[in-house]
Amino acid sequence: MSSYQEATARQRIAGMLDPGSFDEFLPPQMRVVSPHLPQLDAPVSFDDGVAVGRGTMDGRWVFIAAQEGGFMGGAVGEVHGAKLAGMLRRAIDENPDAVLLLLETGGVRLHEANAGLIAVSEVMRAVMDVRAAGIPVISLVGGSNGCFGGMGIVARCTNGVVISEESRLAMSGPEVIETAGGVEEFDARDRALVWRVTGGKHRYLIGDAQAIVADDIGAFRAAALQLADAARGRGSELTLEALEAEQRMLTSRIDRFGGCEDPLEIWEALGIEDPHGVPLLETDAFRELADGHREGAAA
Amino acid sequence: METLRFNFSGGQRRLDGARLVGVVGSGNLEVLIEQRPLNGGCEVEISTAAHGFGPIWEAVVRDFHQRWQLADVHVAINDMGATPAVVSLRLDQAAESITGDVK
Amino acid sequence: MNWQTVADALFPQGHRIAERDNFLSGEAQVGGQTVAIIGTTEHTPIGVEIALAQAAAILDTVRAHPGRPIVILVDTVGQRLRRRDEMLGINSYMAHLGKCIELARRRGHRIVGLVYDQALSGGFITSGLMADACYALPDATIRVMGLPAMARITKVPLERLEELAVDNPVFAPGPENYLRMGGVAAIWRDDLAAAMEQALLDAAPEDRRAELGLERGGRKLARPVAAAVRTGADVQAA
Repeated sequence: MSSYQEATARQRIAGMLDPGSFDEFLPPQMRVVSPHLPQLDAPVSFDDGVAVGRGTMDGRWVFIAAQEGGFMGGAVGEVHGAKLAGMLRRAIDENPDAVLLLLETGGVRLHEANAGLIAVSEVMRAVMDVRAAGIPVISLVGGSNGCFGGMGIVARCTNGVVISEESRLAMSGPEVIETAGGVEEFDARDRALVWRVTGGKHRYLIGDAQAIVADDIGAFRAAALQLADAARGRGSELTLEALEAEQRMLTSRIDRFGGCEDPLEIWEALGIEDPHGVPLLETDAFRELADGHREGAAA
Repeated sequence: METLRFNFSGGQRRLDGARLVGVVGSGNLEVLIEQRPLNGGCEVEISTAAHGFGPIWEAVVRDFHQRWQLADVHVAINDMGATPAVVSLRLDQAAESITGDVK
Repeated sequence: MNWQTVADALFPQGHRIAERDNFLSGEAQVGGQTVAIIGTTEHTPIGVEIALAQAAAILDTVRAHPGRPIVILVDTVGQRLRRRDEMLGINSYMAHLGKCIELARRRGHRIVGLVYDQALSGGFITSGLMADACYALPDATIRVMGLPAMARITKVPLERLEELAVDNPVFAPGPENYLRMGGVAAIWRDDLAAAMEQALLDAAPEDRRAELGLERGGRKLARPVAAAVRTGADVQAA
């Protein structure tokens, strides 16, 4: 077992790909750093917090990006976003079997504000172009910073999300919500609540993650390949049919759960007899229980 | 950010390629180690968020050179307040990653 | 800015737009053709319901009116900040809206966004910023976050951010900065109807924003870095 959460972005890539197969685009020795951080007296990173490239994974030819959550919370700045967008465009040129996005990020890098926002939007467009080219794009969400902000949206633009219970997928962080609406709205220090609302198990149960795995790089790899193969099988591109199904699913979600105060009520409404026991279950036991009750999701 | 540069000579050990270890997070640093023609010298260039620790950096880097005796190697560091122990560790990790040796 | 006033100026040939819970939908006439209108007003926060309503309107247009151009009118204070929206997965609702707009584009619908009042961050990333091109009125507010909040979170002194905001488009809010960075295609000042008509003619499916950011000097690295990654060449900085 090799913890995905504890690993750095580069360690995750090394663990996911076949040994020695990683061919990095714009590697750190090229020193393509942020042009905006120095004027704020903030340190730069030689890869601006994201490693992008290609390699093989159990023999499959893949393109891969891994955000480094330890640098600026993995947030997206001008260069970081451009590396992601460039990798996605290159994938369309070279036609790999899949594109894997190892996301660990707070979203837009505030130090680069406007440039970060536009960058995230460009990544979103590029993801959809990759899908339209017939190449599945899979998101992996397993870092301790989770996947938030505009990148939380990008994750749900991909063909599938693999998540671990340790990680989180959402838009606004609990602290932001608490600042805006008070501690009654969201007590950001209530860790159990934070994980019930934004954590992997809840996302799997309501259908926003298509696979949930243990905190292990090998498990992430296997699940990502499975989701990629399934997406290739049904076609990776957006279809009216799939989006209409998603429209129905998201409408039904509000109808069924919009009045719930806490995710526990949602899990109960899904038919889980002991919702309080959900956070305590090990991954396999949880998955087995969840698969009998969860919402299916289109991507 | 404060920038520091140190140069050493007398090393013999040459390396191939480039490697990056570490992460620029609080209390941490990244070290980029790469082969560079420097007439046998070893250069260490540091960009650090912690100001005024020049002598400590010098001592740590000097020790690193003692241990590894690298030649035609450039080491670049982006530091966010790592302790000397962590700096030494990362430097060793960087050299190990590119040589395969553990010291 | 009152949406009706804006609509009257944009669509002198006529429009039938309804507002319900700050969600705008309807049609208008531009250059002799009918265009679909979706949007928001009253600086409304974008929560799950209004994201879904906008998506439904897009899907309705794709289904019932193939090829009909779509205009997105943006006025929002950003994503709704509520535990309930996060619990329900607001990121998925936003993504769904973005995907519906993308589907429309793929099916040949031209899509133009206009920020006529406010556009903050997550509120317009999957509406205005997913259009073929996004435009803005001169008095529009476009930003990621207010500088005081940014100072608090980044721990950069507010004075420093304010100093930089004077001539650095990265931090400064406002359509001029988004224009320079390529995020906004143009600012509409005089004849809004003519500008709208031209925008629909100019609409194209390729994302040209990084190129624009380079041409205009607001984002000097986005395009070169993406190009270098794509081709394997070195970064050709401007």
